[in-house]
Amino acid sequence: MKLKFPRWFYRLASPKWFYEISSKLMPWLALVTTVLMTIGLIWGLVFAPEDYQQGNSFRIIYIHVPAAILAQSCYLFMASAGAIGLIWKIKMAHVMAKSAAPIGASIAVLALATGAIWGKPTWGAWWVWDARLTSMLVLFFLYLGVIALTSAFDNVASSDKAAAVLSLVGVVNIPIIKYSVEWWNTLHQPATFTITAKPAMPAEMWIPLLIMVLSFYSFFALMLFARARIETLQREKRADWVQDLIKNHP
Amino acid sequence: MGHFASFVDFMHMGKHGLYVWLSYGIFLIIIVYNIVAVIMQKHIFFKAAKRRLRREQK
Repeated sequence: MKLKFPRWFYRLASPKWFYEISSKLMPWLALVTTVLMTIGLIWGLVFAPEDYQQGNSFRIIYIHVPAAILAQSCYLFMASAGAIGLIWKIKMAHVMAKSAAPIGASIAVLALATGAIWGKPTWGAWWVWDARLTSMLVLFFLYLGVIALTSAFDNVASSDKAAAVLSLVGVVNIPIIKYSVEWWNTLHQPATFTITAKPAMPAEMWIPLLIMVLSFYSFFALMLFARARIETLQREKRADWVQDLIKNHP
Repeated sequence: MGHFASFVDFMHMGKHGLYVWLSYGIFLIIIVYNIVAVIMQKHIFFKAAKRRLRREQK
């Protein structure tokens, strides 16, 4: 029996269709990101109550946790896209994986930097070599490795394959990050959000956090589309529709 | 306004001002970097593509 996917699934693999649909979606993503981020930042910085132990340094949570969540989700997205590209030989999947890598790397830097800054007043140290922090640093280096491989060969297909293989091998790091706070003794506090339990903080603290997480995802989608569009143009520069685009570009 | 009594209070963040504003500053830099990077990439692509097009037409 042959698997049949809905038509939009096949269209996803078409560079031209992606270029057209993304130009329609991007203004909406920009709007959603701006609205969510503005609400989340003002709520988190101005209106959320302070933590009874950590005081106002706890407000770093509104960037640190969304950044840490997105850095890992982005990695899983990149590895999944790489796998789809390897298995079904879909060019657009590799475009997506390549475009996600630099965004993920920058978000991993944000998670690490805000974590270090938060650690100083909370633990008394900018950095400790504990499991959570080290595995997050490994995630950042994995991103750098994937970025290096995406442009390591003259042949685009070889670069795509190499980057996809490394990102798939690196997936093993994701459960290590997740369970590091349970498997080892660590200074790092356990997860703020879990699927099974209510957050251990009042609603006026976690609702703005949830809004910030959503705004980070929306920002990621926006940046991913923007990067993937340019990558698509570069790879399809001999196609008629791209030639027309270039001719009509001011 | 909100949780804070005054704007000065807000900036101080109860002695944690440096840590909070440093974090939010880095956040802003990362967001702006991402946006500027794609705008630059697009600009560079079309500039090179236009040049190539002109060369081929000659």
